[in-house]
This record gives sequence, C-alpha cells and structure tokens, in this order.
Amino acid sequence: MEKEVIRLENIKRDFKVGSEVVHALRGISFSITEGEFVTIMGTSGSGKSTLLNTLGCLDTPTSGEYYLDGVSVRSMNKDQRATLRNRKIGFVFQNYNLLAKTTAIENVELPLLYNPKYSKKERQEMAVEALKAVGLGDRLEHKSNQMSGGQMQRVAIARALVNNPAVILADEATGNLDTRTSFEVLVLFQKLHSEGRTIIFVTHNPEIASYSTRTITLRDGKVTSDEYNHNVLDAAEALSALPVEKD
Amino acid sequence: MNFANLFRIALKALSNNKFRGFLTMLGIIIGVGSVITMLAIGQGSKKSIQAEISEMGSNMIMISPGAERRGGVRMSAEDMQTLKVKDFEDILNNCKYITLASPTVNASGQAVYGANNTPTSVTGVTRDYLDIRGYKVKDGDIFSDQDIHTSAKVCVVGKTVVDELFPDGESPVGKVIRFGSIPLRIVGVLESKGTNSMGQDQDNLMFAPYTTVMKRIQAVTYLQGITCSALSEEYTDKAIEEITAVLRDNHKLKDDAADDFNIRSQQELSSMMTSTSDMMSTLLAAVAAISLIVGGIGIMNIMYVSVTERTREIGLRMSIGAKSRDILAQFLIEATLLSVVGGLIGVLAGIIAAYVVKVLLSYPIAISTGSIILSFAVCTVIGIFFGWYPARKASNLDPIEALRYE
Ligand SMILES: Nc1ncnc2c1ncn2[C@@H]1O[C@H](COP(=O)(O)OP(=O)(O)OP(=O)(O)O)[C@@H](O)[C@H]1O
Ligand SMILES: [Mg+2]
Repeated sequence: MEKEVIRLENIKRDFKVGSEVVHALRGISFSITEGEFVTIMGTSGSGKSTLLNTLGCLDTPTSGEYYLDGVSVRSMNKDQRATLRNRKIGFVFQNYNLLAKTTAIENVELPLLYNPKYSKKERQEMAVEALKAVGLGDRLEHKSNQMSGGQMQRVAIARALVNNPAVILADEATGNLDTRTSFEVLVLFQKLHSEGRTIIFVTHNPEIASYSTRTITLRDGKVTSDEYNHNVLDAAEALSALPVEKD
Repeated sequence: MNFANLFRIALKALSNNKFRGFLTMLGIIIGVGSVITMLAIGQGSKKSIQAEISEMGSNMIMISPGAERRGGVRMSAEDMQTLKVKDFEDILNNCKYITLASPTVNASGQAVYGANNTPTSVTGVTRDYLDIRGYKVKDGDIFSDQDIHTSAKVCVVGKTVVDELFPDGESPVGKVIRFGSIPLRIVGVLESKGTNSMGQDQDNLMFAPYTTVMKRIQAVTYLQGITCSALSEEYTDKAIEEITAVLRDNHKLKDDAADDFNIRSQQELSSMMTSTSDMMSTLLAAVAAISLIVGGIGIMNIMYVSVTERTREIGLRMSIGAKSRDILAQFLIEATLLSVVGGLIGVLAGIIAAYVVKVLLSYPIAISTGSIILSFAVCTVIGIFFGWYPARKASNLDPIEALRYE
C-alpha cells in the first residue's frame, strides 16, 4: 500500500467577522497518498485558499484533525509548526511573494537560512540546483524586479522545491499567467510529479484538472466531488501544439 | 536558526535602505559625539585645574576678612577691615603648624616708565608669599626684611610688566618706575608662569613690601588677606584651628559670636573648583544624554515603520519556517546594528570634535576610555531597548494575516 501523506478528518474553519461567523470550511475529510497530483477546484469563496493554508500548517482549523506524515498538526505548538513548514512543505503563493531588491538565488535559499543544518555553500548549491530545475539557470543573479511574471512564478516554485518537501502546495500558480506560460508552469509541475513528489494545486481553470491525477471540488466549504483522472494529459504535448506567436 | 544567518539577514535589510539607515543613525551619532566631546572638555578642564592647584602647593591656607559670604548679603566696608598686621604677626609667631605667612594688600593702577605705561596691580607681601605661591625671582633679588621694615619704595615685577615697560630689552633691574604717583625701584624680575586654566595672565603683576603698599599707596591700616603655608598637608586642619583661636582672641570675639574672618585651605579650594567643573561636565553630559535618548526614539520610530512596511516579508519568512524568535532577533539585531554603528561613528566624531576644540580654542581636553566604553554600552542598550517593542510587534504577527497585508 502506498504511504499516506495527508489525512483530514472533519476539518472545520470558522472566521468571526464582527458579530457574524463565516463558515469557510464545514467538515472536510479526505486523504492523499504519496505521489498524487491533486487539483482543488471550486468557485470563488468556496474555501480553497483556507483549505490550502490549513494543509500548509499556516492556519489552524477550528475543529477536526489533520495528520501530516502521520503526525497530528493540532498537537503542535507555533515553533514546531514553523519547523514543519520549513522541512516538509513547499508553498507557492498566488502573488509570488518574493523579497524585493533580492536576487533569485537569495530568494530561493531563504527557507534554507532557517535550517541550521545547511552551510552557506550547501545553501548556494541547492538554490542553484532548484533554479536549474525550473529552467532559470541563466537568471541566478537577477533581482525580483528585473524578471517577468512567469520568471517570478518559477522562482517562487524553485523556492518551494529547494528544501525537498514532502508536499508542494500551489495556490493559483498559473492564475496571473498567459496560456503559454501557464502551460510551461504546468509542464514543470508534471515533471516534479513524475519525480515522485506530492502536489496539491488550487485552480479556477477546469482545463488544468485534466493534467492532474485527481480533482477535488469544493463548494461552500464542503467537498462536492472527488474524482480520479485515469486519462492524464501531457502538458508538454499541449504546449508544443499551441500556435507559435509571431513577433 | 543560527546567529550568523540572522546577522546576515539584518545587514542585508539595512543595506537595502542605506540612506534611511544613516539618517536614523544621525541621532545616535550626534548624541554619542556630544557626550564624548563634553566629557573630554569637562575632564580636560578638571585635570588642568587640579594640576595648577597642586603646583601652587597643597598646604596653602588663605584667610580673608569678613564672615563667610552667604547669598546676596552685602558686607559693609567695616566688616572687610577686620584683619590687622598684628593678626599676621601673631599667626607667624604663635602658630606652630604654620611655617610661612604673608599679608596681602592689593592695589591696581598704571605702571609708568618713560613714555611707556601698562595697567597692572601691585600686591603688598612679605618674602614668604613668593615661596607659598611658587614665584621665583629670575634677575636681581627680592626685597629684604629691611625694605619691609622701612616701607622702602622697591618692587619685583612680572614678565608682562617688563615687556610692556621695557620693549627695547634693556635690563629693568635698578630702574625706577612709577606706580600711580609713587616711584618704585625694580629690584628683581619674576620667572614667567604663563596663563592659568581660566586664561588669566599670571605675569601681569608686581610685588612690593606690604608696608609700602599699605602706607604709601593705599593709605590703609588693615590687610586684605593673609596667606599661609601649613607644615604639611595633613596638618592643615590643625593649623586652621590654631589660626581661628589666635584671630578670635585678637578680635576679642565672645564665645557665641560668629567668626569675623574666613579661612580656606588649598584642599577646600581645590575641591570647590573641581566640583564646579564636575557639575559643569555632569550638566553637559546630561544634555548630551538626552540627545542620545532622542536618537533612540528615532531608531524606535524607524524600526516601527520598517516593521509595518515589511509586514508581507515577515509573513513570508514565517510561512517558510521562521520562528517568532527568529523574527524578533532579526529586528533586534537591525536596531542594535543601527545604534552601535551610529555609536562608533559618534565616538570618532566626538574625538575629532574634541581635538578641534583643543586646536582652535586651545582648550585642555582629556578623552577617557571610560567614556568611550560607556557610550558603546549605552548604544547597545538603547538599540535593544528601543528596538524591542517594534521587534516584538513583528514577531507576534500571524503569518496569514501578514501575507494578506496590503
Ligand atoms: N481571514 C478571514 N477572515 C474572515 N473571513 C475569511 C478569512 N479568510 C477567508 N474568509 C472567508 O472564508 C471564505 C473562503 O475564503 P477562501 O479565501 O478560502 O476562498 P477561495 O475559495 O480561496 O476563493 P478565491 O477562489 O476567490 O480565492 C470566504 O467567504 C471568505 O470571506
Ligand atoms: Mg483563494
């Protein structure tokens, strides 16, 4: 049997806004095994980001249990969760969240700075490797404001990869990109998946779901469908089939 | 997370905003710089006063007429005439702890020789006075006891007076000058003592037998003061007791009457003068310390702004694994770096300013390592103290909310 990486048991998350209570998640249960590529879909406000933050140990559920690699996250304190984020999770943010005036290499090695295990030299090597993996081997010293949106997105992905995480979480990683660049990013994720990584990918775009192995759909904080995709499309093929833009 | 990494992060953050960092440091630079300069000036003048006083001899005792001066109470002319020649003679002859004594009677006026004249003063004394005050005769000799006895019209002159009256370099010894209407024959010239710490010329003076000044120049029967020298420093208190007894007896004061004279020892004078300069340097340092605190508040202000500005950065760092204490340490190190680097520049600026004061105003200065170490310690404390609140605020942020911050 394949190893279970994530297990959610009746996760609820309530937000208090003034005197009202918003139920962002209303009892979510599922598990994800190692090596799955899961897309999470749903209308705006259905709770996708809230779910992803919970999975990323950034947010604590109001009730329910979350096991990451078999460990209950609820029982951990703030510092332990920070360490967990640092070692087991790679988060790709929708709006990149790169540090300004900072080179690609420095942005990517950031998670390693908070792990005393690595020396300066190791950090450099790992950052360069991650940037090469996302195809930015020639942009190492470029600062974040000297790069295109697609390049920044790839730096953000490299940063999520650099610590060799158990799970990569991406929130609308293609949301701001044009079709071609979206497919380039998708190719990258498929490559990571083929290397055996577990990926959870939040998106609005139903087309993207057909490139993943499983699709979970949310509505009003509940899971409405959870389907395995037996006919995974190849993003690289789709990319080469795209009409070449003439300049 | 190790310290070296945090240090690197803080340094990077500061170098992203160099000019702002410099402006923030300016407060600390000015604060530390002025503390160092003020202390250097205060210590310098204290040291030179002490040196001067110890040169005068540490066992000097000065007696002046009239009760101890208090507040703005004016003393009548009569109160100032209580010291007589007999008092001086009794002190010299009957006080066994006193080795030297001289009356003092002072007159100011014009000294004239030929076409030259100069404003100066003549002090009537005995030969002891020159020993007590450390004056030495360079050319010629001092007047004799016989001269004192006969109120002889002779004098010893200081270098400034010589320079003014004999600009051509002729030997003044033996020449007769006039002080007011009184002709005085110069019997000796004093060795130069230069200026004292107050900037007074110590060579613009003349000494004459006290009898001459009393009878021929001032026409008075009382003394302006008596200057004595005790056997040694440890006997000054005993000597003062003796003098008090002699003077009270001479002045026929009743037991409950206050002294109609005032005795001050060299030690008292020295501690009085240094305490004035101590107070001055404390005041100056206090003013400077306030500017240091203002500088600290400047750091707090900038760190506070910086935390707000960098809320998203803080959220990001936390979301990729920074613990609260990593964030706290990062901002504390930033604040401390600002204040310590500011302090370093301030120390250099302070030393330079002190030397400028020394060279341009020829003011004595003394830079103590103590004040430099103290400034550094204070800077570190200020950085941590004023950096604490903003750093604390940063470390308490919630990662998701910080990431959402616009
Ligand atoms: N910090 C918060 N405080 C209050 N309510 C919140 C907070 N975060 C989310 N919500 C509410 O929870 C619900 C789910 O929000 P969430 O951001 O998870 O939606 P989403 O599915 O990611 O939407 P989108 O596709 O537009 O990004 C929304 O109704 C939102 O208003
Ligand atoms: Mg969202």
